[in-house]
Amino acid sequence: MNLSLKTPGAIAPVVNLVRGENRREQVDILFRTFGLPLIGLVVFLMIWAGAAAKIETSLGQFPGPAQVWHQAEALYASHVAERDKAEAFYERQEQRIAERLADDPDYEPRIHDYPGKPTFFDQIITSLITVLSGFLIASVIAIPVGIVIGLSNKLYSAFNPIIQILKPVSPLAWLPLVTIVVSAVYVTDEPMFDKSFLVSMITVVLCSLWPTMINTAVGVNTVSSDLLNVSKVLRLGWVTHVIKIVLPSSIPMIFTGLRLSLGIAWMVLIAAEMLAQSPGLGKFVWDEFQNGSSDSLARIMVAVLAIGFIGFLLDRGMLALQRVVSWDKSAVLR
Amino acid sequence: MSESHLELSGVDIEFPTPKGPFKALDDINLRVDRGEFVSLIGHSGCGKSTVMNIVAGLHQATRGGVILDGREVDQPGPERAVVFQNHSLLPWLTVYQNVELAVKRVFRKTKNRREMREWIDHNLALVQMEHAAHKRPDEISGGMKQRVGIARALAMQPKVLLMDEPFGALDALTRAHLQDSLMDIQADLDNTVIMITHDVDEAVLLSDRIVMMTNGPAATVGEILSIDLPRPRDRLALADDPAYNHYRHEVLTFLYEKQKKVESAPATARPETNQTPPAAPEPARAATGEAGRKARETTA
Ligand SMILES: Nc1ncnc2c1ncn2[C@@H]1O[C@H](COP(=O)(O)OP(=O)(O)OP(=O)(O)O)[C@@H](O)[C@H]1O
Ligand SMILES: [Mg+2]
Repeated sequence: MNLSLKTPGAIAPVVNLVRGENRREQVDILFRTFGLPLIGLVVFLMIWAGAAAKIETSLGQFPGPAQVWHQAEALYASHVAERDKAEAFYERQEQRIAERLADDPDYEPRIHDYPGKPTFFDQIITSLITVLSGFLIASVIAIPVGIVIGLSNKLYSAFNPIIQILKPVSPLAWLPLVTIVVSAVYVTDEPMFDKSFLVSMITVVLCSLWPTMINTAVGVNTVSSDLLNVSKVLRLGWVTHVIKIVLPSSIPMIFTGLRLSLGIAWMVLIAAEMLAQSPGLGKFVWDEFQNGSSDSLARIMVAVLAIGFIGFLLDRGMLALQRVVSWDKSAVLR
Repeated sequence: MSESHLELSGVDIEFPTPKGPFKALDDINLRVDRGEFVSLIGHSGCGKSTVMNIVAGLHQATRGGVILDGREVDQPGPERAVVFQNHSLLPWLTVYQNVELAVKRVFRKTKNRREMREWIDHNLALVQMEHAAHKRPDEISGGMKQRVGIARALAMQPKVLLMDEPFGALDALTRAHLQDSLMDIQADLDNTVIMITHDVDEAVLLSDRIVMMTNGPAATVGEILSIDLPRPRDRLALADDPAYNHYRHEVLTFLYEKQKKVESAPATARPETNQTPPAAPEPARAATGEAGRKARETTA
């Protein structure tokens, strides 16, 4: 009967409107969820276009929304073209190998990678892989450490100062150290990962550890004393205590930390890629900057918007994960 | 000297505070027999919860100690189950799972899965909560939560059941209902119970003995009143019972004359009680009862 409860939030007003429930209110909700953001967007685009027209740079006029859109399309087109070329390249290679194998069955084929430049979208994928692996490693370290530190006031007092000092260190300060250490330590004949990938990822780890660690520790440290008493009276073992009492009650704090960490990880990554010249969106921006053609500014703008949008999506992703994991479905998460 | 079931002897406790140690309890002595229902009553802040926490093992006495069946209490344990004042159910577990957590802990070696399930259902049935077994604490009412807290404690089959103002946060009707359930359960199981309350009627209705505590700091046992009313007790019949009213009067006299709370509540809050002469004859006693009822509400 109560269909509106089951339809997902954004669609519910539309469904209700079609069903003729409470017209005024539904229109109001629709206006607030879609109308107002749209108005905001239009105002933003107008200000941008107006301001862009007044900024004259060495590379021509600052790009307005139209030019940027144009460049986004161009980047997509070149991505598609590059993919086609790559496909053709591999096809030709396979054909050649098949021909040689027909002549000489002992021939051991070697597949060559396509030598083309990575496109904008390839760079996005690279950045996403780097940021997610760095963030994952950071979380896998930070959550357990946070729990252990949070459970003991002594450990908390011992380590809190160190964490507080390491937390504000800029990725740009870590980067040279990481680069040199990775070059010195990671010496193998058959590297599984690129050095540049490792450098940016480790930098991401170093910067995104701290918010999760601190928030987990605080969350664990502030479990209600009533629940701790329940645990004591039941004489729960350490593992049960952590799983049944500590973790569920610190889930909101842990997720606050995770979201902060992921946001930092994404910001840090772009900076690290720019400075270290390792593949990814940061390098794309840097290359365009060095390139200095008349399209560069618009392309950088495309990258800026893409970075912002991806950062937003990452945060929403964490929020969705929190909704799945959290026991308190009624809590308002934003 | 026969060995008693539960014995508190010479219990002192001092809490370290920034302004030096704060002596909350001074020389508490109490013996409780098996199956006895004892109430602790006293003004807010006198140290009732502290006494209970010491028996539960959640606090350590600075001097003296607690002996249960010949063994000294030095840490918390499920044989001294606690019903907390604010229910303290785990909000992320259902009613059933909350009880299950305790049952799994206590009976993991002696009951198999089916027996555990039956035992959990049985205890939920005792407090009439089977129907909400799969709801979470935020989906049930305050009185229901308190019942689940009691079921969880009973399911541990404790030697001593400790209850810290179990019905304090409930409305009068729900409270009366739960008191009746508790009396029924107690008649069946014959647990040893120590209950904290600040409700005089509740204390007289439920208890075998009422332990009245003096005001803090350095609170101690003031008087102990044995309630020799036959069980089962019926609240309606007792309302006009002279013996019952006599007991009520004793407790009220202790609380509002002998241990009048000086620093809190302006004197106008309970004028009649303060002026009632101690040796008042029958009619005056009833009046004191009424005034006391009002006064009691102000201490809550
Ligand atoms: N951990 C603690 N540290 C310092 N002082 C404490 C501590 N616990 C209790 N006290 C003090 O001991 C005294 C007794 O507290 P307790 O909680 O036992 O009172 P109570 O009789 O249960 O009161 P209420 O009826 O309001 O629950 C109070 O003065 C309180 O401030
Ligand atoms: Mg108390």
